[in-house]
Amino acid sequence: MYVSLCVSVDSASHRRNNRRQGAGRGGAKSRGRGKKPASDEEEDEEEEEDDGPRGRRSRGANKKKPAKKRGDDDEEEGDESEDEGPKRRRGGAGGKGGVKGKKGGKAQQDSDGEEESDDGKGKKGKKGGAKKGGKKEVNDGKGKKGDDKGKEKKEDKDKKKKKKGDSSSDSSDSDGEEEESMSEGEMAKLMEEVEEKKKLIGIIRNKPWRMKKRLTEFKEAQQFVDKFEGALGKGKGRKWYAYKVMMTKVLMGLPYGSIPRKTVPRADQDTAQDYSVLMDVNVRAQSCTKLNSKCKSFFLSLQGYCKYSVLFYGYYNSQRTIGLLKFRLPLSYFMVGIGTFGYSLMVVIRTMAKNADVGGGDGDEGEFTFAWKMFTSWDYLIGNAETADNKYASITTSFKESIVDEQENQKDENIHLRRFLRVLANFLIICSLGGSGYLIYFVVKRSQEFANRTDLSWYEKNELEIIMSLLGLVCPPLFETIAELEDYHPRIALKWQLGRIFALFLGNLYTFLFALFDEVNTKLEEEQSIQNASIWAIKEYYANFSRMINDSEVTPPPMDPADVIRGPCWETAVGIEFVKLTVSDIQVTYLTILIGDFARAVIVRFLNYCWCWDLEAGFPSYGEFDISGNVLGLVFNQGMIWMGAFYAPGLVGINVLRLLSSMYYQCWAVMATNVPHERVFKASKSNNFYMGLLLLILFLSLLPVVYTVMSLPPSFDCGPFSGKTKMYNVIMETIDLDLPAFVGSLFSYAANPGLIIPAVLLMVLAIYYLNSVSEAYKNSNMELKKKMQMARDEEKNRRNNMDSTNQVLKDLEDLLPNRSLAPPAVPPEPGSCSPHTRPGKGVNLQKDVALASPNPNSQRPVNRAPGPRPGLEPGAGRGRGRGPPPT
Amino acid sequence: MGNKQTIFTTQQLDAYQDCTYFTRKEILRLFYRYRDLAPQLVPLDYTSHPDVKLPYELIGSMPELKDNPFRQRIAEVFSEDGEGNMTLDDFLDMFSVLSEMAPRDLKAYYAFKIYDFNNDDFICKSDLEKTLNKLTRNELTEDEVRMVCEKVIDEADLDNDGRLSLEDFQHMIVRAPDFLSTFHIRI
Repeated sequence: MYVSLCVSVDSASHRRNNRRQGAGRGGAKSRGRGKKPASDEEEDEEEEEDDGPRGRRSRGANKKKPAKKRGDDDEEEGDESEDEGPKRRRGGAGGKGGVKGKKGGKAQQDSDGEEESDDGKGKKGKKGGAKKGGKKEVNDGKGKKGDDKGKEKKEDKDKKKKKKGDSSSDSSDSDGEEEESMSEGEMAKLMEEVEEKKKLIGIIRNKPWRMKKRLTEFKEAQQFVDKFEGALGKGKGRKWYAYKVMMTKVLMGLPYGSIPRKTVPRADQDTAQDYSVLMDVNVRAQSCTKLNSKCKSFFLSLQGYCKYSVLFYGYYNSQRTIGLLKFRLPLSYFMVGIGTFGYSLMVVIRTMAKNADVGGGDGDEGEFTFAWKMFTSWDYLIGNAETADNKYASITTSFKESIVDEQENQKDENIHLRRFLRVLANFLIICSLGGSGYLIYFVVKRSQEFANRTDLSWYEKNELEIIMSLLGLVCPPLFETIAELEDYHPRIALKWQLGRIFALFLGNLYTFLFALFDEVNTKLEEEQSIQNASIWAIKEYYANFSRMINDSEVTPPPMDPADVIRGPCWETAVGIEFVKLTVSDIQVTYLTILIGDFARAVIVRFLNYCWCWDLEAGFPSYGEFDISGNVLGLVFNQGMIWMGAFYAPGLVGINVLRLLSSMYYQCWAVMATNVPHERVFKASKSNNFYMGLLLLILFLSLLPVVYTVMSLPPSFDCGPFSGKTKMYNVIMETIDLDLPAFVGSLFSYAANPGLIIPAVLLMVLAIYYLNSVSEAYKNSNMELKKKMQMARDEEKNRRNNMDSTNQVLKDLEDLLPNRSLAPPAVPPEPGSCSPHTRPGKGVNLQKDVALASPNPNSQRPVNRAPGPRPGLEPGAGRGRGRGPPPT
Repeated sequence: MGNKQTIFTTQQLDAYQDCTYFTRKEILRLFYRYRDLAPQLVPLDYTSHPDVKLPYELIGSMPELKDNPFRQRIAEVFSEDGEGNMTLDDFLDMFSVLSEMAPRDLKAYYAFKIYDFNNDDFICKSDLEKTLNKLTRNELTEDEVRMVCEKVIDEADLDNDGRLSLEDFQHMIVRAPDFLSTFHIRI
């Protein structure tokens, strides 16, 4: 047994060497192969490169061979790297026991040494053999076939021995004895190996191997792990992982909005502010379907049942705890409202950070314009002939545009005119922005006047929403027209355009908000008087009651909620405004699609048969799908939801419905009626641009909400915070009543300005520090980039220099009477790339010619460098280059 | 586990699962897609590793590939014989690499292979010209093609050997914002 063991030892070590020899042809870089699985992949790639296509191909070919022997061998070759380690160690452990074994091992080792020297070549030979085995080779320019033949015999021998070793090691694998004799250190090593194997299993799909190789590798690794993992007593990781996953699921659950509906009991509904018995959502829906024709106006005006439904703030009541579990509705309302903002902020920021990470700081836009266009413009997802046609066309135009861009190198013939036009355009746009802001302000003021009247027409009721939607409809195309004046680069123009639309929406939204605040303030004043009135009314009611019954003992039944005098409940009013805005936005969007796209497409499509010009190609044509505009619309919609959600929790639900339906609707519209945008704007490229807009709007929508929460008194008779002076008092109350006393004191300490100001200071300092650090990184990054560029240029210069030197030599040569005296210049080779076997030595004919020619234009592509760099002066270049100065 | 299907053994499925970016279900679905291409050729029992290959004509006619200008290259790169004839393993391999889950580096590696038309491990001018002509359906003039190719090499060639090696290509492609989203086939 020992003998067989030792054979296995040596065969293993032999194979290890073999492998090293094979893989490490490039040098020591693959030394650590078995040790560092993390770098495995890179090494593998390197190996792949070393081997070239030959290696890859022949390996594939190897596998393809049906002959069993070869297949075995190949498996081994692939696997040894990881497998031989433990085997050898185990073997070594076993070998300690017997002198005999040692001896045998030594003898074997000698022969191993012999073979080792051959192994490197042996591998090549194998490749050659595989090639000979009938597989097609595309380029077999590196004639090593002769060599290979010679090696093949030896290699065959190798194989036989290996096979023997393999079989013996297999038999010894099953022996249990060795494992007993393992020491602690060996255990640790083995465990390491197991870990490595596991890692390999984890990343095996990342390897650029053929499936067959992967499968065999995988099988080996799996077997190894299965075998030793049980022995080493592992495997509790999985449970822990499952537990973790479960916990995160539990923690991340609880979608916003599900709580109030789940927990508000029916008994709580008849409180002071709910004068009408609350209607269920069902009833509302029924009435809506019944009054089908009136449905729209019903939604638009949102009077009636809706106003007192779960959709709005007013529905939730201020009872501190509900039910057995003491659900604290006001507290959770507050926390959810604020928490939504916090969560959204975090998500947006995280996404942005991730994007920035992936994009690599998306610094140099123009670095790889053509290369990216060449290699990433085809979308492999395209599986439709028409789309493919469009894509071809768009790629062609984009290439043509880039070419034109490249060719017209900054003409700038009339910069004054252009500047004037740009200023004019900006002026016009600011005018229209101001105009739209004023219009909205005017309309809001008017609607406040309307609020006192009752005889309103439909238009007057919904004037504000209609105007805002119309502005959103009219202004963007107007801006686009004005932007034509500016003549920016399309991408920059698009950013300007988006920025302007953003400013328009934002301005409108904020004007709307300020007008709303005016209204809220008037309502708050109004409330004061109503509060007194309602208290008086209740007193009156009770007085009447006792007078009529004439029995002060009986507690009077509560007043019919419908009769209670109620405050204006400004929170609900605000919520209603936002819901109205959202609903009208939905309507306008849908109608625009229906009329602007669908009707247009129908007309263009069918009138085309009987029209004097080609409608499809000519004037109206089909609508384009404006990706960036739609994304911007989504961003704004989201901002509106964020703002309104605190006062109209149901808005979130409405929005979800809207997004779902609009996804399918717009999908249909795009497929049926739109053509792709002429200039495809890469939305992914400016992901962070949109995310930045989202963040900005999140912040801007946070402001008014926080302002109202922190500084306006809540209505006295409606909503979860009624009866408190400020909304955030709900937290104070919880701390005082529900939490132990020391928490309250802790909180009061934490809320102390003495603590908050230093904390803010610290944060500011931290921001400053991090900012400067990132700045420094950016600088060093730039520096490195510059260095790389310099190195590149230098290399280029050197090569060009060499060429030009040669050119000079050639000229001199021509002058000389005897040409044979001077060594001939490097013979120029045909332009194809295959002859360049070595970078740095090969001389490119085209470059040579380009340099020699007097035309500066032909030099341009060679010299282009983004960084500041002296032009190509032969003298300077020569001094820097390593080549010898011309004699 | 393994309740109905008898196409693969459980071990086979597990192995495929670990070697690709697919789940069991997806692997089975891909198998059926593969089989649908030629039901008479592909057996319903893969437990004994039958040696079945589908010719390129069938692979290239899949709706996922048939409009792709590089379909032939894709098939060639992922097939073991280099001619586009694919076994099931190759087929899985191809869609695994092109799936959404595959990492950037792996995708870059195979993209390089695909654009390297003459298999010399470098993308040289002729490869670029071929790529460009496929992308634009030969609509650019010769001068334009030449210029674009020069620009590409000028931009991406770091070691100045007049052609793109794998490193050059990877260096360039990992910075491309759209690469992951475009080098992707959903099946």
